[in-house]
Amino acid sequence: MFEQVLLAGFGGQGILSAGQLLAYAGILEGKYVTWVPSYGAEMRGGTANCGVTISNRSISSPIVSDPEALMVMNRPSLEKFEQNVVTNGLIVVNSSLINCKVERKDVQVMYIPANKLAEELGNNKVAVNIALGALIFLTQIVSLEAVMESLGKVLPPHHQKLIAINQRALKTGAQYFDHLAKEKAG
Amino acid sequence: MAKVLMKGNEAFGEGAIRAGCRFYFGYPITPQSELAHFLAKRMPEVGGTFLQAESELASINMVFGAAGAGARVMTSSSGPGISLMQEGISFIACAELPCVIVNIMRGGPGLGNIAPVQSDYFQATRGGGHGDYRLIVLAPSSVQEIIDLVWEAFVLAEKYLNPILMLGDGLLGQMMEPVELDEEKEFFIPLRPWAASGRMGGPKRIINTLYIVPEEAEKHNFKLNQKYKEIEVKEQRWENYQTKDAQLVLVAFGTAARVCKGVVDYCREQGLPVGLIRPITLWPFPDKAFDYILSLGTVRYFLSVEMSTGQMIEDIRLAVDGRRPVHFYGRFGGMLPVLTDVVKEVKKLLLKEEP
Amino acid sequence: MYKKVFARPKALEDVPFHFCPGCTHGIIHRLIAEVIEELNVFEQTIGVCPVGCAVFAYNYFACDIFQAAHGRAPAVATGIKRALPDRVVFTYQGDGDLAAIGMGEIVHAAARGEKISVFFINNSVYGMTGGQMAPTTLPGQVTTTTPYGRDREINGNPVRVCEMFSVIDGAAYVARVSVHNPANIIKTKKAIKKAFQVQLSGLGFALVEILSACPTNWGLSPAEALNWLAENLIAYYPLGDFKIPKEEAKNV
Ligand SMILES: Cc1ncc(C[n+]2csc(CCOP(=O)(O)OP(=O)(O)O)c2C)c(N)n1
Ligand code: SF4
Repeated sequence: MFEQVLLAGFGGQGILSAGQLLAYAGILEGKYVTWVPSYGAEMRGGTANCGVTISNRSISSPIVSDPEALMVMNRPSLEKFEQNVVTNGLIVVNSSLINCKVERKDVQVMYIPANKLAEELGNNKVAVNIALGALIFLTQIVSLEAVMESLGKVLPPHHQKLIAINQRALKTGAQYFDHLAKEKAG
Repeated sequence: MAKVLMKGNEAFGEGAIRAGCRFYFGYPITPQSELAHFLAKRMPEVGGTFLQAESELASINMVFGAAGAGARVMTSSSGPGISLMQEGISFIACAELPCVIVNIMRGGPGLGNIAPVQSDYFQATRGGGHGDYRLIVLAPSSVQEIIDLVWEAFVLAEKYLNPILMLGDGLLGQMMEPVELDEEKEFFIPLRPWAASGRMGGPKRIINTLYIVPEEAEKHNFKLNQKYKEIEVKEQRWENYQTKDAQLVLVAFGTAARVCKGVVDYCREQGLPVGLIRPITLWPFPDKAFDYILSLGTVRYFLSVEMSTGQMIEDIRLAVDGRRPVHFYGRFGGMLPVLTDVVKEVKKLLLKEEP
Repeated sequence: MYKKVFARPKALEDVPFHFCPGCTHGIIHRLIAEVIEELNVFEQTIGVCPVGCAVFAYNYFACDIFQAAHGRAPAVATGIKRALPDRVVFTYQGDGDLAAIGMGEIVHAAARGEKISVFFINNSVYGMTGGQMAPTTLPGQVTTTTPYGRDREINGNPVRVCEMFSVIDGAAYVARVSVHNPANIIKTKKAIKKAFQVQLSGLGFALVEILSACPTNWGLSPAEALNWLAENLIAYYPLGDFKIPKEEAKNV
């Protein structure tokens, strides 16, 4: 059961909104949720990150210091947070922008070329939601449907036309590791 | 009613609008600016006034003017800005005007940083400025509680004709949580016969803080003090969490209390009898919570967990009055206490384990 | 012999600026440092930096430097200059710092004719705190605290600092310049130099207002921001000298 995830990348990648998507999806599923953004000197130019907790119980501490799952969109974020992930946790790595491998051996690591896939969809900006789709598939922290539904709430009114492409991005990400599920089943 | 996801800072704004506050004066400062941004949009929608002042000296004095003229009014700031407001707050307390002041604490002293801390506890609970006065200090620890307590804040302000300080920190301000926004409750603004709002044929009203004759100043201080005594008796608020059979009771407010709830849950799973007192009013400090817990007889230690070098611990010691040892664990400068470290402290005490 | 044309002035530390891409604070820092070096006053110069995006100026200027509370730099500079009259004292202040919270301090420093040089960076917004309205925000300009555009009825009018200080008796030199293109950068440097010279010859208070770009909070690319500055800010805040020292005026 995954409850606490940390999403990290650089400002402008849409990390904070991706976290809000998860949070809204959690609300739709009737769960308790919290969303906490990165804080302090990192706000300008550097890394952006947010921790999301989704739980069946009321959430005591909203701070995600030791995430069960980490999604990293750029290399400084991986360097910064790799060590914080709990043992047997999960790291989803955007291999388009991170050309090194995760050093830890006690966590599950999944690589997904999010920017490359986003370009194939025709919009580099949706890379974050491709990675998010994968994270959702791998953690089952919320259902993909709930996240799709949440897009309307998180995107500002003048971006509502982007719902379709973001839904496609989420799906692309969620299907990327499909073969794993099949392998398991087979 | 559907739940919506809201930032703590925005919740202060929405809570104020729902409580009938229609005037906001403030000066930008991180980490509370989202509150101003929110109200800049929202106030015009409800026919209210949002005005950006040229400094906190100005904003608190605008609050003084608006409150004295009878408006339901709020301001907000952080660290350096709250320090600048102290003169004005002292005047407002002296003149017995109702208003709500939000302090989203940031690292200090000095310019410090914009990370979450709780180091303005002394400033908040001892009045803060010059003279013998107190503010009622409310410390929410979740976004929903912000909405609920802002309402309370205006009620208390007008009941006691006293400024109310709401104390949060950068994390609470930036955090998003779902809130239940029920149907807007009808708010009611009590008559303000004391407001200097223009005589309109009525008697003259003076909003004043000058008591040049010491006998009269003493009388006024006495009257204020009677009010503070009444508040101390009637308005203590706190939450007990798993305290019934607790041998170690954590004491924490705001964000630190969130961390401590996690600590309690974790310890309970391991069979450790740990509980939490979460003061909701920091002034009046909830002494009664301690009397009650001590009357149960199980508690052996108190552990104050703060995002400061140790300020609330003084009030805890006064409340416990030597009946049990009071220990301290703090992080400061914008660093947050983490669950594992607090658990270590707990075990050190309960199991006499050296880490 | 080659002439080194792009060396770091010694009044500037060898560290990268933290400003956003396209921010012109960095250019202004550099110009001030160059002038300090050219006038050969580095050793006796004391700076006072503000609260605002230039809050880290103390990391960049290599001279002695203070970090003042928000808006209070002129008061701090007054203290320094009174204690050490033979030093060269300058303040570096944003429009929130100088024209809002610190308006009292700056007006009185000018009225007293404090012999300090003030560099006033007008980017029409509060940069550091997230693009809120500044006293210099243009009518109609959208900021995070004027989401419907600055409305004169609600927010009043922009403050034209140079025009205002041109009628303050203690002010000896008041000028407005801009850094949106190379020609104007050269003029800006001249004005900065003059502000220091006015102080050095004991003529009184000098204030140079420098129109500056904040692409981040204007929501524009660096190039668009420079165009926006040229088209909008200069239209409201005309460039030029607003007051020149009396002696010089006689000679004209
Ligand atoms: C007393 C006080 N109030 C508010 C602040 C928060 N604050 C920091 S910088 C700033 C505005 C800076 O704007 P400006 O002077 O225009 O400089 P810029 O960042 O645009 O360069 C404010 C309001 C503070 N540090 N101290
Ligand atoms: S926010 Fe604006 S003024 Fe501040 S560094 Fe960035 S561009 Fe410059």
